[in-house]
Amino acid sequence: MEHQYIIEANNLCFSYKTEDGGAFPVIKNLSFAIEKGSFVAILGHNGSGKSTLAKLCNMILTPDSGTLVVGGVDVTRNDLSEDDIYQLRRQIGMVFQNPDNQLVATIVEEDIAFGPENLGIPPKEIRARVDDALRAVNMTEFARHSPTQLSGGQKQRIAIAGIIAMLPDCIIFDESTAMLDPIGRAEVMETIERLNREKGITVLLITHYMDEAIRADRVIVMNQGEIFLDDTPRRVFSKVDQLKSVGLDVPQVTDLVNRLRTDAGFSIPADILHSAEAVEVLKTLYQQKKLRIDREEK
Amino acid sequence: MLKDITLGQYFPGNSVLHKLDPRMKIFLIIIYIVTIFAANNPLSFVLVLASAFVLMLISKIPAKLILRGLKAVFFIMAFTAVINIFWTSGEHLLLDLGIVKIYMEGITYAVFMIVRVISLIIGTSVLLTYTTSPIALTDGLERVLAPLKVLHIPVHEFSMMMTIALRFIPTLIEETDKIISAQKARGADFNSGNLMQRAKALIPVMVPLFVSAFHRADELAIAMECRCYRGGEGRTRMTQLHYQSQDIVMLIVMLSFMAVVIALNFIF
Repeated sequence: MEHQYIIEANNLCFSYKTEDGGAFPVIKNLSFAIEKGSFVAILGHNGSGKSTLAKLCNMILTPDSGTLVVGGVDVTRNDLSEDDIYQLRRQIGMVFQNPDNQLVATIVEEDIAFGPENLGIPPKEIRARVDDALRAVNMTEFARHSPTQLSGGQKQRIAIAGIIAMLPDCIIFDESTAMLDPIGRAEVMETIERLNREKGITVLLITHYMDEAIRADRVIVMNQGEIFLDDTPRRVFSKVDQLKSVGLDVPQVTDLVNRLRTDAGFSIPADILHSAEAVEVLKTLYQQKKLRIDREEK
Repeated sequence: MLKDITLGQYFPGNSVLHKLDPRMKIFLIIIYIVTIFAANNPLSFVLVLASAFVLMLISKIPAKLILRGLKAVFFIMAFTAVINIFWTSGEHLLLDLGIVKIYMEGITYAVFMIVRVISLIIGTSVLLTYTTSPIALTDGLERVLAPLKVLHIPVHEFSMMMTIALRFIPTLIEETDKIISAQKARGADFNSGNLMQRAKALIPVMVPLFVSAFHRADELAIAMECRCYRGGEGRTRMTQLHYQSQDIVMLIVMLSFMAVVIALNFIF
């Protein structure tokens, strides 16, 4: 039976043990479902539990209670074998923040082969997968390079290729652009979007950059271990005050438009995310105003 | 500054020796070392020394580089030679200085020893260290030692550790550079004072470096787990090593060379 959702969480709870034996709740009664092939951004300020959520999704951390169903398999059941966990990790790949701390081998293609090698794939097929993965991240010419010769964005693309070579259904990016310069960030974001569109890989993008979140189909805003908002980027970012109340910013363009609406009283739409849209809106606004002034002068 | 350090002594090239299978090179080195120590007459020593230079020519490694390696062991060579000259007794007395007697045998022995060390250094460096990248060497060692797994020796784990160490040395060097600059900017002084003071000045570099290395290790472990790493069991490898005709030829040449040297022992 084909499942519509790649990840389904029901009433997930997780707490970290504190030194004095107590428990510090990080994820509280979280329920959500991620549709296959979607591009979901998870936003939240530090300590909102977004990274913990990612680690729960491939069982690096085990939830205290609640159920987690990945690809139709309940991974929180008691009799889960080690093989099931590896199967889960193959399906749900993860790319972390620091590109240096994810690369294992001294040669790019050897590193990409690391995952498939662990899965016990026959050598010929690994070769084919590595070549495919290199093409998917546009790094074919760097196959024989050492990771130390690459830029941050390039290293992160290699880390992504290493995950792609395991043929996952879903990739979780845990602040994967946070340590990159603007060029590196653009490279990585472009790669992520392409994987989602062309390979149909479900993407869970954990980020604190608003301009990255607006590219998603859906934005989940986390606050203190709970889902605060869950909607399309357009609708989420139109709730400027609510976002600001949990310590998040909205994209600059949205902020500008919002101020024009509330502070200056212009009647323009609130759900503007891209600068191109804003330019259009401001143009029409300007023309309307000019017309009015022209008319008054006459 | 620190970045200029080259890892190991690998000298990239395109010679036959570079292209040999790393496993075969490990076997060849063992045969070569046995041959060197089997030699015990002037003719075989001439042959051994000549073979070392032939290997050097085949490898196309600049002689200057190898001589630099020899310079490093010059002291050991001189020391062994001196000991051999003064402490070997024999039949042909050359010089009698009372307590010290120098015999013809001592001098021959010293010369033999020097030839041995020189051949050993040239042989191992052109056969292995200069012509094999560290990663190929680790790989070769893992495969050569693989049978030891039966004895519960963690061969795969050792080779994984080697690989990760090789991968992270440049990263950590870069980091050390950054920490040194950061501490200098805060007024740290690394270049004056006696040895003790200088060593002490390095503590503020070592502490953050270690903290960060542990942090990296932790993150790397999680990343490896996410990529389904669970030790050597059930693991396949993308690159498969196959012995080529050149490997077999080299093996035959090396074995015949050993046979000749051993045969010469019986003739003399």
